[in-house]
Amino acid sequence: MSKTNESISLIINGLKYKIKVDPDTPLLFVLRDNLGLCATRYGCGEATCGACTVIVDGQAVMSCDISLGAVAEKSVQTAEGMQAMPSHPLLESFIKYQAGQCGYCLTGILMASKALLEKEPLATRKRIAEVLDSNLCRCGAHARILDAVEEAGKFMSKGL
Amino acid sequence: MIPPPPLADAPHLKNWLQVSEDKELIFFTGRVELGQGNTTALLMMIADELDVLPSSIILETARTDLTPNEGITAGSMSITIGGQALRWVASALKMQLLEIASKRLRIHAKNLSIYEGHIFNKGKKTECSFTDFFDGLDLTNKIVDDAKPKTFGERRKCFRDINRIDLESQLFGAPFIHDLKFDGMLYGAPVHPPSAHSHLADLDLEILKGRPGVIKVVRDGSFVGIIASTSYYAKKAASWARNNGKWESNIKEPFNLFENIKNLDTKPETVIESSDVNKNSGTWFEITASRPFIYHGSIGPATAVAKVGNDKITIYTHSQGVFQLRQAIAKVLNTAEEKICVIHKPGSGCYGHNGADDVAFDAVLMAKSIPGKFLKVVWSRFDEFHSSPMGASMVTKSRALLSSDDRLVAFDVELNSTPHTNRPSANFPNLLAAGYLANPISPSRTPDVPVARGGGADRNAIPSYEVGGVRVRKRIIYDTPYRTSALRSLGAYCNVVANEALLDTIAKQIEVEPIAFRLDHTTDPRSRDILERLDYETKKDRATTNEEGIGWGIGFARYKGLGGYCAVMVRVHVGENVSVTDAISVSDVGEAVSPDGVKNQVEGGIIQSISWTLKECVPVDGFSATAESWTDYPILKFSEIPIMRTILIDRPEEKPLGAGEISQGPTGAAIVNAVADAIGCHVTNLPITRDAIISTINAED
Ligand code: FES
Ligand code: FES
Repeated sequence: MSKTNESISLIINGLKYKIKVDPDTPLLFVLRDNLGLCATRYGCGEATCGACTVIVDGQAVMSCDISLGAVAEKSVQTAEGMQAMPSHPLLESFIKYQAGQCGYCLTGILMASKALLEKEPLATRKRIAEVLDSNLCRCGAHARILDAVEEAGKFMSKGL
Repeated sequence: MIPPPPLADAPHLKNWLQVSEDKELIFFTGRVELGQGNTTALLMMIADELDVLPSSIILETARTDLTPNEGITAGSMSITIGGQALRWVASALKMQLLEIASKRLRIHAKNLSIYEGHIFNKGKKTECSFTDFFDGLDLTNKIVDDAKPKTFGERRKCFRDINRIDLESQLFGAPFIHDLKFDGMLYGAPVHPPSAHSHLADLDLEILKGRPGVIKVVRDGSFVGIIASTSYYAKKAASWARNNGKWESNIKEPFNLFENIKNLDTKPETVIESSDVNKNSGTWFEITASRPFIYHGSIGPATAVAKVGNDKITIYTHSQGVFQLRQAIAKVLNTAEEKICVIHKPGSGCYGHNGADDVAFDAVLMAKSIPGKFLKVVWSRFDEFHSSPMGASMVTKSRALLSSDDRLVAFDVELNSTPHTNRPSANFPNLLAAGYLANPISPSRTPDVPVARGGGADRNAIPSYEVGGVRVRKRIIYDTPYRTSALRSLGAYCNVVANEALLDTIAKQIEVEPIAFRLDHTTDPRSRDILERLDYETKKDRATTNEEGIGWGIGFARYKGLGGYCAVMVRVHVGENVSVTDAISVSDVGEAVSPDGVKNQVEGGIIQSISWTLKECVPVDGFSATAESWTDYPILKFSEIPIMRTILIDRPEEKPLGAGEISQGPTGAAIVNAVADAIGCHVTNLPITRDAIISTINAED
């Protein structure tokens, strides 16, 4: 009984998509179910855990909390996009510090950190922690994650 | 050498490995990856034993149609038992390969060896690879007949500290059960009653069927399941049903947990009594610690995929025990186990028995109505907080007798606890929805974990010191409205908190340094090493702080009395609230197969335990848990993480012990003791919130 929808266009990880889905559907479900881009994780669906964080026009956004309609014509980055940049400082440092356990929280944290460091590569550990307070990790990988993000910032500030 | 226990039921090579047509070597383990990195460590153990590169081996984790049944992956036993079994398997395989090579190459087997997959003759590389001899293998050979696992001196260290094999897929891939997709797959969402003890009184199924995207509504007793075309529609319809249906509680009077749990009148069960604790004389000291219900709180909700075919049910699950889940489902459905295939896929970290098994049964119940089609069921956050088993609430009262020469001469522990184990099995299905079907199979009383397996509620009730005669008594409180089951470290957390706080109180009373007092009661050299090292590592910092509101505290235990050792020292700041600013730990888990993996586990345990100790308490109303979202159940955040130093004492010559559950008890205890150092009293009614501190101070006045 879904409404007849106009198609909506947006850019995801640099590729143009035209999607015909109820525009009220949260972006998270469109990514995961309609487009098969599952690196954006479903954690709570109610903007309280950060697992679904993506970057929309440079800003970290919880994709369960924004509708498809609201990102029309915008540019979205998801963790899948990182695959094309294997030497991105964030990926390198997450691997160097083995920052993660079950890993369920990681893609959201990666996106939140990327959005932050692109604006403030020299963010202090305290600042990084404050920003990541919107992202929950239950395994207790926090200390390693902070180490990894801090170090990645240093590389990014040098433009590496 | 005694063969590891899993080889008894799975004695042949073919139980543990297969060679594919492309000469790939596929090992099977009955263990599962729960986010603790055990598949990486198991792979390292196989590679090391076989002298091949880890990348040349495939490891399949638990599935009922393929791998041996190694029981539940829990209790920090994956490496200790599961890994040892794989070492024997790999060794038997290697011995057979070298034997075949010896015959074909006409070289004495004792001159042959394998290195990185190549066959060497007297240390010189030959033209042959170990895979060249796969065609001669007889996988019906018995492992114990051939295996000669390496001694520690023969092990190669080069595979230690390889990276987690699953990290990259976690960072940008789709490795989770949540990400599984099959052609024509539909999406389901259950509408559970608000507690295990209520029934559905009213819900308009016709309107529900007409909600957007809904394909089918399944009802059996009080179980309602929605099948929809997308997960979004399934979820929306389920929340509509929750808001528009009516459920009634089967329990009329609210259950007062604390009255029941603290009521020490009924006769306890004596678990251990090494000698009469009342025979010596001296001064008795006493402390009582309690902890509330604690959520497992996985970040990714419980999920399963199921397909019910004509003659076969297929289930993908992140359960800790695929064989046990199969038994339980077979029992509830009254079907032969052979007709059910249960396959493990990684989920979000579970930390014990969470909703993984329950959701798998939900999925089967719904998939029955769409034969031949895959159905993915993902719980909502509301389901997680209302329907999954919680970590048990408990109270531990520890008493110790101090002789006139300041030695502990008796230790007496009495504890009351809700159940720490309610896992599904053949005898006790314990699947949530089974309890409210039209023909219900109600949850049953599962016996507590026996002392021989590390104990359950009484885990670590015996302190890890020489304390004279010991008595442990317990009462398990069944039949509460709340559903509880295994949460990492079971009763050890609360028991270690009680015992270590008691030791601290006594040390303070007789004016002995807490570490010195512990060392005075420790002769075991590994325990002494840990305590002395922690003392050394933190001495300078401890000496330099005497600011207002700052305190230092220690906690120590050997997990289960026979597992890994861990001592934790924390520095706290007590202001408006309590925060842990520094956490330094020293651990000994015997041979650390993956030292970095062990440290990661210890750190994770410390952080989770800080969260439990300072913040976590499931809100309950006498009928059920009442948290609806993360806002009702805050956990430790990034800005609250201490500076950490994690020290590992490596003992490659000792048998490997698990690491996932060694640090929770010691951390909780260290925090309680540090807070006491800062404010002068032990706050043991956990969590240590502002209110708990105030009520403790008031009680002491
Ligand atoms: S899934 Fe979006 S914040 Fe939790
Ligand atoms: S690594 Fe498991 S939730 Fe963060």
